[in-house]
Amino acid sequence: MSTALTFLELTPPSRTVRVEFDGQPLDLPLGANLAAALMVAGVHTLRKTPVSGAPRGAFCMMGACFDCLVDIDGVTRQACMQQVTEGLVIRRTKTAGQNDAS
Amino acid sequence: MEYDYAIIGGGVVGLSVAWGLLGRGRTVAVLDGDDGSFRASRGNFGLVWVQSKGMAQPRYAQWSQASAAAWREFADELTDATGHNPGLEQKGGYDLHFDEETLHDTVRKYDVLKEKLGGNYPYEVLGRNALRREEPNIGPEVAGAILHHQDGHANPLKLLRALADDVRRRGGVILNEQQVVDVTNRDGFRVTCADGTVVDAGKVVLSAGLGSAQLGPKLGFKAPVRPQRGQVMITEKLPKLINRPSLVARQVTEGGVQIGVTNEETGLDDGVTSGGLSGMASDAIRAFPALARAQMVRSWGALRVLSPDGLPIYQRSPTMPGASLVTCHSGITLAAAHARLLTDWLEETDTAPDLEVFGEHRFDIS
Amino acid sequence: MMQVDLIVIGAGPAGMAGARLAADAGLTVAILDEQHRAGGQIYRDVDIVASARGDILGKDYTDGLHLTRALAHDNIRHIAGATVWIIEEGTRVGYLQAGGAHVVTGKRILIATGALERPMPLPGWTLPGVMTAGAGQILLKQSGVLPAQAVLVGAGPLLYLIASQMVRAGHPPLALIETQTRAHSLRAARHLPNALRGWRYLVKGLSMIRTLRQAGVQRFTAASEIAVEGEGRAEAVSFTVSGKRHRLICQTVLLHHGVVPNTQMARALDIPHHWDAAQHCFVPKRDDWGRSPQTSVFLAGDGTGISGAKAAALEGQIAALDIATDLGAMAADQRDAQAAILRRAKSVELAARPFLDAAYPPFAGALAPADDTIICRCEEVRAGDIRACATLGCTGPNQTKAFSRAGMGPCQGRYCGLTVTELLAQANGKTYDETGAYRVRAPIKPVTLGELSKMTTQTNESERHD
Repeated sequence: MSTALTFLELTPPSRTVRVEFDGQPLDLPLGANLAAALMVAGVHTLRKTPVSGAPRGAFCMMGACFDCLVDIDGVTRQACMQQVTEGLVIRRTKTAGQNDAS
Repeated sequence: MEYDYAIIGGGVVGLSVAWGLLGRGRTVAVLDGDDGSFRASRGNFGLVWVQSKGMAQPRYAQWSQASAAAWREFADELTDATGHNPGLEQKGGYDLHFDEETLHDTVRKYDVLKEKLGGNYPYEVLGRNALRREEPNIGPEVAGAILHHQDGHANPLKLLRALADDVRRRGGVILNEQQVVDVTNRDGFRVTCADGTVVDAGKVVLSAGLGSAQLGPKLGFKAPVRPQRGQVMITEKLPKLINRPSLVARQVTEGGVQIGVTNEETGLDDGVTSGGLSGMASDAIRAFPALARAQMVRSWGALRVLSPDGLPIYQRSPTMPGASLVTCHSGITLAAAHARLLTDWLEETDTAPDLEVFGEHRFDIS
Repeated sequence: MMQVDLIVIGAGPAGMAGARLAADAGLTVAILDEQHRAGGQIYRDVDIVASARGDILGKDYTDGLHLTRALAHDNIRHIAGATVWIIEEGTRVGYLQAGGAHVVTGKRILIATGALERPMPLPGWTLPGVMTAGAGQILLKQSGVLPAQAVLVGAGPLLYLIASQMVRAGHPPLALIETQTRAHSLRAARHLPNALRGWRYLVKGLSMIRTLRQAGVQRFTAASEIAVEGEGRAEAVSFTVSGKRHRLICQTVLLHHGVVPNTQMARALDIPHHWDAAQHCFVPKRDDWGRSPQTSVFLAGDGTGISGAKAAALEGQIAALDIATDLGAMAADQRDAQAAILRRAKSVELAARPFLDAAYPPFAGALAPADDTIICRCEEVRAGDIRACATLGCTGPNQTKAFSRAGMGPCQGRYCGLTVTELLAQANGKTYDETGAYRVRAPIKPVTLGELSKMTTQTNESERHD
């Protein structure tokens, strides 16, 4: 299934910058909403839940649902509340451990 | 309907007592509060803890040890019966010190207690390097720790749920949203609630936490318990960071790191304060620097149920034979004792534990 | 520590209009908002977007420019990108901004935190590709991004609004799967005579529906048994209409069955709430001026009950009038005269609301989800888990939270709270007011321990105890 056409941009961005998502380089519009920019770039699963490992993507886009969590500089942040900046390194959140429970 | 026992208070203490009595074949009704009641059972730190308890009263240390020792079987039995595992882990716990002097002071006190306990007080002192081998994420400011092998932790909420489930499964009746307004004793006990509900019983156990202070005198108890606020917070779910619990922080099985805890005399105010949370965050980061980047997702205040000397109170009513007061601030640690050892004391059998030192006579003005 | 007369929380219509009126009356105002630009969700980024996409988003959106521009006032300090995490002693507000923790104190607080999408738990609603319709609108407003071939599911004017905007943008949705029934329309009809005073809304609604028809957008109504299907992400929506099962292949599903007040901040302040039967949600207690029982705290806008952006702005102004009088900046008769005009305007704005509430009620299938449907997205708690808690004697959401973990995740119950209350009320046969709601405590939004530890207001060195 092609994901390239799932989300469309009405106007092409004036300037993109290089960021890294989960080790992959991506060119995203400078200053754009990070969650929106990732969607347009074809990234729909932002994380796996710590409870069951289920995939999740952005849901509310207004900072309320906490489903679009990503790791930026070792801190869990809401992608929908972040702006794209040059050189941003985004990782999937470290999944806590069901396996750690003893 | 008449029951063998009416238990006033449906927290971990009341339900543990009920569970034990039901296991002995007694019929039990538990009168529980409502969704907004003060509930130490929901707000506590979740330690099953021995060290530092009973420094001035070795019998309290022994009672805590007896409970800690009974906890595994208790937890397994609840898990088998309900499928809800209270998450007991007893691999030891730390008293962390940022200062070598306080560490050595504490060790000296532990040595005194150890002797009074006939040597049954298995702890060791871990210096910086030894502690780092056990806890790779420990911070450089931590001077050392006392590792006590009888310590551990559990999931207090799963314990509460498993008890609520298993007390019903064993045939107990739990009446929710009840506020007990009166207890009388003429040809047996009659417990009357604000909504008109009446429960008749042969015996009564008062385990209503802070509510015992109001009801106690009706039953002939002093019940000198007061609230003491503890603020607690918990982080988002994190990968394994902490191996053993301490009074500063513990990592729960779901992954969150729970951080505690303040001691504040604020009456019935169970709120949280930025000052309290900030202070706990600072200490937690000193202990485990990686926590600086963790998000705190929840915090709460809960009210400890404290007697004047901090010890439990087990007291049979001098004026209403058949009524007993059971109250303590370490309801999780003592849950196994209340479920498995206290039954004989309530039933007044020959094998009842000697709980004389926990009686209310100790509050008499001499 | 900054000190002002009035702290406004939320730079949406209610907050912006209230801030400006208070500033004009001579009060010093700090307006805190999480977003980087003023506007709230309804006028999201209008300052920079109006020129680029105003034609697609329509006049009701670009109207927001009047409010955002009004924040340029010497007495107003707009603190953008500020996340409020705690409010203490009534009016001391702790917030995070740019990685630091800050505090501002005021003599009064105006809470204007707006609305949230009503949670719509359906099978598959947690799959990537499923979003709220509000999220779809935010994507379009802020980012100029819209989904291709989206399916819109639910009920209400917002569904028509975003669908018609998508048509204007040249990418109409694949279909609307609507849940309102003919019976709902009949019931709503009795509100129609009064609703005519709010004719502007009705005309707009009819015009949106016409836009969809002309664009050939498929509409299904009275849909039930709705489920999103997919492995790892949304791949289809299936549903039943008149006994017939349908399945639409799609990669984006936008859900909406109304919005509800975001009461998190008011709850954190222990302001009492009661159930509003018409809107099927809790609303905070306040008087005609928006003053809560905690007399230094006022509330305005959709956070007090859903009435729309125009009414929200009027409510913000009405609250600001009383605050100004309260603080000695305005005579009572002047306040009353101005308020009378605002109240008349507000009643026109509200006229169509009972009709809309009755015509587009919440989707019954999402108010009583099947046992295996996730209702707490954070902790992945299912409807059946909540029902099991009821059988264990849980009469309210707080004991249920302790038993089930519902509401313990980072969203702090925002997207499961109403569902948990609903399920418990159903299971226990009690009213919503008897059942109650989650107790909300700080942090209102998560805060890192690092930010927390650097706070300067540390008051007590705490002892340790278990």
